[in-house]
Amino acid sequence: MLSPAPMSPARRRFLTDTARMAGGCAVAGLGLAYLVTDARALPAEALRPPGALPEGDFLAACIRCGLCVRDCPYNTLSLAELGFDGPATGTPFFTARDVPCEMCDDIPCIAACPTGALDPALTNIDDARIGTAVLVDQENCLNFLGLRCDVCYRVCPVIDEAISLELSHNDRSGHHAIFAPTVHADKCTGCGVCEKSCVLPEAAIKVLPVRLARGAAGEHYLKGWEEKDAKGAPLVEGIIDLPDRLPGPGTDNLAAPGGFEPAFKLPGASQ
Amino acid sequence: MSTKTKLPTGQEAVAAKGWLGAHKWLILRRFSQSSFLFLFLMGPWLGIWWVTGTLAGSRTFGVLPLTDPFVLLQSMVAGHWPELTAIIGAGIVLAVYALVGGRVYCSWVCPINPVTDAAHWLHDRLGLPKGWQPKRSTRLWILGTVLVVTALTGAIAWEVVNPITMLHRGLVFGMGFAWALVGAVFLFDVVVARHGWCGHLCPVGAFYSLVGRKSLLRISASGRAACDDCMDCFAVCPENQVISPALRGKSGETPLILSPDCTNCGRCIDVCSVDVFAFTHRFDNHVKDTELVADKAA
Repeated sequence: MLSPAPMSPARRRFLTDTARMAGGCAVAGLGLAYLVTDARALPAEALRPPGALPEGDFLAACIRCGLCVRDCPYNTLSLAELGFDGPATGTPFFTARDVPCEMCDDIPCIAACPTGALDPALTNIDDARIGTAVLVDQENCLNFLGLRCDVCYRVCPVIDEAISLELSHNDRSGHHAIFAPTVHADKCTGCGVCEKSCVLPEAAIKVLPVRLARGAAGEHYLKGWEEKDAKGAPLVEGIIDLPDRLPGPGTDNLAAPGGFEPAFKLPGASQ
Repeated sequence: MSTKTKLPTGQEAVAAKGWLGAHKWLILRRFSQSSFLFLFLMGPWLGIWWVTGTLAGSRTFGVLPLTDPFVLLQSMVAGHWPELTAIIGAGIVLAVYALVGGRVYCSWVCPINPVTDAAHWLHDRLGLPKGWQPKRSTRLWILGTVLVVTALTGAIAWEVVNPITMLHRGLVFGMGFAWALVGAVFLFDVVVARHGWCGHLCPVGAFYSLVGRKSLLRISASGRAACDDCMDCFAVCPENQVISPALRGKSGETPLILSPDCTNCGRCIDVCSVDVFAFTHRFDNHVKDTELVADKAA
């Protein structure tokens, strides 16, 4: 075996320089990666334009040119400014409470996008899912207090589909109805007109990103009643249907008048 | 080196050609930089929307799409296949810079160039040492790093910190704290490293230098026989490592500045009192001989 020859100075310098450069780039690259990852944290109130790809894909696709901002006829969109706005620098967003999306039929922002960060597959604005409106504060919503504000319902571009008024008894007054504004997420585009129009100083209905607004059922969950309807028969063959024990006369349920006395009474119990 | 080396850069050229003659390319370059910026500002300032968008992507007269190929390359590396509009836009930009020289972007279009030029001017006035001078190849390493980070994070990485697009977007749309980043580049170039940002670190410049490797438009030291070693071109050139092979070439060696680092800024043409340099194309190997130059000078 050969004894290791002393390294030539040129080779030594080359290796040192390369190692130094690679090390420096690793440090700089880690810093850059941190900033890039950090920029993913889109604030909940910042909404992307219609058709925007999911945030992770959006940041790979949006070149931050601002053409969608320029072509928005209602000046809804703006580009995030470094340090002032939450979204990744230079990316387009809007805040519903300031200027909501007016849901143009021709969707000019998508037409303007050169890269497809706003997906051209979205051709019907009613299919947009910018976010989902959620009535976040029932305690302050005027309709929930029993008044007839109805503004969010009236202004909704998809009225009676995305927001409906659901009647229930007003227990406070005892003889009025509550018309509860109720969002139907499968129809809500997340345009934010309801949030913009809410008459309270701080909106009781807000558009949230879908990830915050919605839960998700497990993939394997089935709704028994739907399955039963689809099958047109009980799901389990030959099941015996026993009579249900309902509260009322003839049962041992004490809550109902006329029920049987229980066979055993706890000592000291008043009843 | 001659005794003239001690004179302030460009003084002889001003004496020989007049102030205007000795600043022709600088003036044209500033005009070009402000024109490109003004085209983008006409919309928001005057309501004339000839050009819409930013340097990252724009639309001219409603039809011509232009896209920054480096941003689009990152987008692709991040895993997004862009729509045709962006690809056509990037193709046009690539074709133009492949012809006129990639780093023509740096010296004739980029809005950071006036910032770093101003920094260099101040650096000179203060007589500061050149400071940290990493290898010129550092920017290629950073270019590689940016692409690796883009691939790993799946997001366009350089746009998070790119002072060029931030400054441009800031002027056209709204600045935010982007001015702080631009100020940092200025300060870096004044006190930390002479020609530090554009000359050593910027991966956008590195990308464009690769685009212009075989570009047609070149500067030639065709009058190198007349050179009196005043060193003004070396003093004024932001990438002065590109000059020597052309200017000091022996007979038979090309007088063309073929290094992709050359930004075609033309300042060497300006400051040369004996007109050594001229714009030409990459197939023009012609060298003026001494007598001819001497006759002309006489």
